[in-house]
Amino acid sequence: MSAMSSNWDRRSVLRAAAGLSAAGALAACGSNNGRSGGGSSGKSLVQYFHAYGEAGTEQAIKKYAKAYDKAAVTTQWITGSDFESKLFATLLTKNAPDLFEFHPQIQLVKSGQVADLTDIIDPVKDDFNPADITSHTVDGKIYGVRMIDDPQFFFYRPSLLEKAGVKVPTTLDELIEAAAKLTTGKVKGLFLGNDLHAVINPMIWSAGADTLDEKNQIAYHTDGVIEGIKKMRKLFTSGDLLLDAPADYWDPSALNQGLCAMQFCGMWAMPQFQQTLGDDIGVFPFPKVTDAGKPSVYNGGWSMFVNAKGKNVDLAKEYVKWLWIDQKKYQEDWATSYGFHIPPRTSIAQSATKLKSGLPAEGVKLFNEYGHFDNIGWTQAMITALEDVFADSVRKGGDPGAALDKADKTVDRELKKLFG
Amino acid sequence: MSTTTTRDLARPAPAKASKARPRRGLRGSSTFNFWLFTSPFLIGLVIFVYVPIGWSIWLSFFEARFTVTPDKFVGFDNYRFMLDNNDFVGSLGTFTVFAAFIVPTTWALSLGLAMLVNRLRFLRAFFRSVFFLPTACSYVAASLIWKMSLFNGVRFGLANTVLGWFGVENIAWLANPDPPWYWLVILTARLWLQSGFYMILFLAALQNIPQELYEAAAIDGAKPGWQTFRHITLPQLRATSTAVILLLLVAAYQAFDEFFNLLSKTTWGRPPLVELYYTALGQNQDYGAGSAGAVMLTLLIVVVTLFQGRIMGFGRGDESK
Repeated sequence: MSAMSSNWDRRSVLRAAAGLSAAGALAACGSNNGRSGGGSSGKSLVQYFHAYGEAGTEQAIKKYAKAYDKAAVTTQWITGSDFESKLFATLLTKNAPDLFEFHPQIQLVKSGQVADLTDIIDPVKDDFNPADITSHTVDGKIYGVRMIDDPQFFFYRPSLLEKAGVKVPTTLDELIEAAAKLTTGKVKGLFLGNDLHAVINPMIWSAGADTLDEKNQIAYHTDGVIEGIKKMRKLFTSGDLLLDAPADYWDPSALNQGLCAMQFCGMWAMPQFQQTLGDDIGVFPFPKVTDAGKPSVYNGGWSMFVNAKGKNVDLAKEYVKWLWIDQKKYQEDWATSYGFHIPPRTSIAQSATKLKSGLPAEGVKLFNEYGHFDNIGWTQAMITALEDVFADSVRKGGDPGAALDKADKTVDRELKKLFG
Repeated sequence: MSTTTTRDLARPAPAKASKARPRRGLRGSSTFNFWLFTSPFLIGLVIFVYVPIGWSIWLSFFEARFTVTPDKFVGFDNYRFMLDNNDFVGSLGTFTVFAAFIVPTTWALSLGLAMLVNRLRFLRAFFRSVFFLPTACSYVAASLIWKMSLFNGVRFGLANTVLGWFGVENIAWLANPDPPWYWLVILTARLWLQSGFYMILFLAALQNIPQELYEAAAIDGAKPGWQTFRHITLPQLRATSTAVILLLLVAAYQAFDEFFNLLSKTTWGRPPLVELYYTALGQNQDYGAGSAGAVMLTLLIVVVTLFQGRIMGFGRGDESK
């Protein structure tokens, strides 16, 4: 037992081990998976939803679930800003939900995490917006049922624009100029969200580029996009942008509380804007960035997926079919009673009277005229890569070309893994 | 004087902690008792620590995306990827900056608080509790308060309101990294949260300094104030100070919550754990690359700890006293 070193080792190793194990034990405590017992009789399903901001949404989803009589459906309402992370992590465990809402992303298909739903969608395929079918299709199989389409665009207060003598912007330069003119002591001209990431895709489209082309190759690395990023940097440093607001872009409060004159947001918040601001609210798409570009709108939205590795795949599919294919009443209620969303099914869209006139109709027009849908090949890792580009060259003053080069590396690595 | 092997236990090693009664009971089969008492701990250790560590090392050689049971062996590819992208290496730099600020400031602040509270004649218990209370607050809750009410970027944020009195424009504390105001937010949050705890440690140590030392110093002509502090108090606090600094360093290494909550979606201000979270557990779910980073980080910590042990004699045991 040579005095020093062996003694030392054992003690410090044990001490370190003790610390580590204490941390491990603590971490193991949080095993509340929300399945209350599970119930020995009767079948049960667990579904994941991200927390919608509109009042009544959680109750609505639970109400639909309760109306289903073939299984007890438990809803996990995931609050917090990183639904993706929680979803992706849980999908690997035994506590994975049987069905969940998300956006179409091909890595979920390639890794066998989402079930093929072609057989339940096929009978009503023609009733769906074709773009919503395309965005969920890989090799002829359809992997998710679209619940709602959510176009994202700018909301503005016409009274403030009039007072400042500003016209509705049709180019990014005009938007920057308008933001400057609309900024007064207490009100900032424009709010794009706290990290600006919501406008990345619209900016790319409005610069005449795209995320990926049809061959699934990088299409965002163009001169127009670089020019757009430089303009965004100018806007970011101008002092006319509302930053670090208590709520992010998806929440209507920045514009509603009079913190800004224009805000990037989504169709879902339209009822709240109207309720607070009355008629003093208008919408416009992301303006064109370059002369070659066109205004654009991101047609986001949410779809239901079935966990292919779950224990109740068939039952989950049945539930998805029951609620999101058969129950049109609930689908319309979900799309128009809380926030405004565009029903992906033509038959429901046609009967949704709330979206037929006034501002909602204008939103639908922007959706149809300028909308870009999800590309299933554009995955979370690639989304993050472009968010890093914005962080590096818009919020930080880095060189856009270099930042895009860096993103290319990540995206290429990803593309190679997915498409070979 | 180790008591951690069975061979040692066969001798009446627990002499130090011995009270006559339990010792007699244990004597019969000390090996059995050793395992009886340590096995719950050891089982937990193996399941929650060593298996994950081993698994992580195994994962680091595979392409493990969206799975923790991969089958595609890629050798050192993950390691190359982690070292190639500047993010992981940069995160070590971020950690260094963070530790260089937070360790001395917390040390100084908690010592200062302890001295102040120690001097109090009245309400000592009250102030002790008041300063200690933030320790009970969670980092996540504090981050949200810091982000949404103290340091938000709009005119009614507390910091901006105060600055507004002096005619200073609203500052975007977190969104704009230029100048890096976010460090102020992070450092103040952590200072508020952890100083109280270390204050208690210092307070205990201060109360342990024999009054006679101060009397002797006074007789020898030491002036109260700086001189006494420098030559009596500080040397007497040496053991506590060392412990506090080590604990602070460990805490800094583990920094995650406030960075994660305050700086969402940035490419800066990411200490190693946050970086690894984004690689392995966040949206990317790249367990291979994440594990490779974790293994390298572990190696680094091991090296630093060994080095530190050599220099400070930490953990050398009682002989060195």
